Amino acid sequence: MDNGYKVVHCTINGKKVEKVVDVRASLTDMLRNDYRLTSVKKGCEVGECGACTVIIDGEGFNSCIYLAVWAEGKEIWTVEGLISPEGELSDIQEAFIEEGAIQCGFCSPGFIMTSWEILKSGKEYSDDELRKLLSGHLCRCTGYENIFRAVKKTMLRRLGKKKEAEKVNSQGITEYPEPMPFM
Amino acid sequence: MYDIKALYEAESVQHAIELLQEHPEAQIIAGGSDVLVQIREGRRAGVELVSIYMLDELRGVSIDEEENIRIGSLTSFSHITNDPIIQKYINVLGEAVDMVGGPQIRAIGTIGGNTCNGVTSADSASTLMAWDAVIEVTGPEGVRRVPIKDFYIKAKVVDLRPAEIQTAILIPKESYENCYGHYIKYSMRNALDIATTGCSVNVKLSDDKKKFERVRAGYGVAAPIPMRATAAEEFLKGKKITEKNIKEFSEKVLEDVNPRNSWRASRALRRHISVVMAERALRESIRLAGGEING
Repeated sequence: MDNGYKVVHCTINGKKVEKVVDVRASLTDMLRNDYRLTSVKKGCEVGECGACTVIIDGEGFNSCIYLAVWAEGKEIWTVEGLISPEGELSDIQEAFIEEGAIQCGFCSPGFIMTSWEILKSGKEYSDDELRKLLSGHLCRCTGYENIFRAVKKTMLRRLGKKKEAEKVNSQGITEYPEPMPFM
Repeated sequence: MYDIKALYEAESVQHAIELLQEHPEAQIIAGGSDVLVQIREGRRAGVELVSIYMLDELRGVSIDEEENIRIGSLTSFSHITNDPIIQKYINVLGEAVDMVGGPQIRAIGTIGGNTCNGVTSADSASTLMAWDAVIEVTGPEGVRRVPIKDFYIKAKVVDLRPAEIQTAILIPKESYENCYGHYIKYSMRNALDIATTGCSVNVKLSDDKKKFERVRAGYGVAAPIPMRATAAEEFLKGKKITEKNIKEFSEKVLEDVNPRNSWRASRALRRHISVVMAERALRESIRLAGGEING
């Protein structure tokens, strides 16, 4: 370690791995460069935008402000780990597609990992609670409503509240005003 | 890659102290949500770091043999908010640190780092001030305890001597027993923003719930370091819970608060909200303590 490198052992997406890592690397650097997990995005790199969010021991962290060497012994999940053995997307990802919660896609992996953390609790959150739990991510395309709907729908579906989940759409949390008539 | 000259990973508190003695230029890194960001900004580029992040012995909340609430310095904000001891005895601290940054920042940010960086806007600081927290510091000469009001020396400077690290924050029993408090953070956004000013008030009422036995009010961003509104506190001691006394208390905080003009807010705005927040936080504290306002 004194020469600036260290072996880091950890579990990534369910697989035990180890690699020699530069002590100056962030966890984002390690996941992207050493493990080719490019769902982990480099956004602001100062812990503001949430694009690099990964799950470490069950909690969401900004991997850009987390030293790679701190991953020693940890269990890490990224979006690549959500895919089923048959290659299907998770219910969260399906909901993101369904709701148009993705445009450029840069914030999506981070949002999806935070959603995964929120929904694994199995709790039913209020709208305000969900918004607070999702607040550590910036999205410049969707205006957040589609993302919020995707997460809320998945939460309700997992709780067996299928009817309520479908209502999230028709109720239209975002109510668009009537278009202006031409003068 | 971070611009780091060297990184020394501590394996125990003793090892951390030895590393700091061997490398006197090195800075301590706990969660890194300040240090790593400042390295990126260039402010701390090229530093040597002693990392204490892997020291799990500094995590967690417990009640020690002297019945103090003992919060390990590396306990993250989210773990403090979810801790049953915190929720039972000093819930306001859990609520205050739940307003820091966003969820991912609360997962990495530590209460020790929040106090050791010595900034007045720290969301934990006004509550820790208002509850007379005691800082436990461990160094080459052993362990020493410092009342938090003495721990803060001036902006960004705290009472940490060479090769010392903060190992715990203690809340003494006489401070938390029958005490109820409320924190208000005034900021422009609900998430990912720092406080324009923050105010944490707590009360201990008489047995009949009609008088204030003790009132404490802590502020962040009302002075260069977190501070207490002692004149207002003294005024309410032993007084009846009345509308007039509540009003007078909140006006009296102006005898102590001394905010500055900054690009985020003017001194005048900060003085104004200091009064409003004191009143609101006091009312909520009275409600939580089961008190009634009579007259």
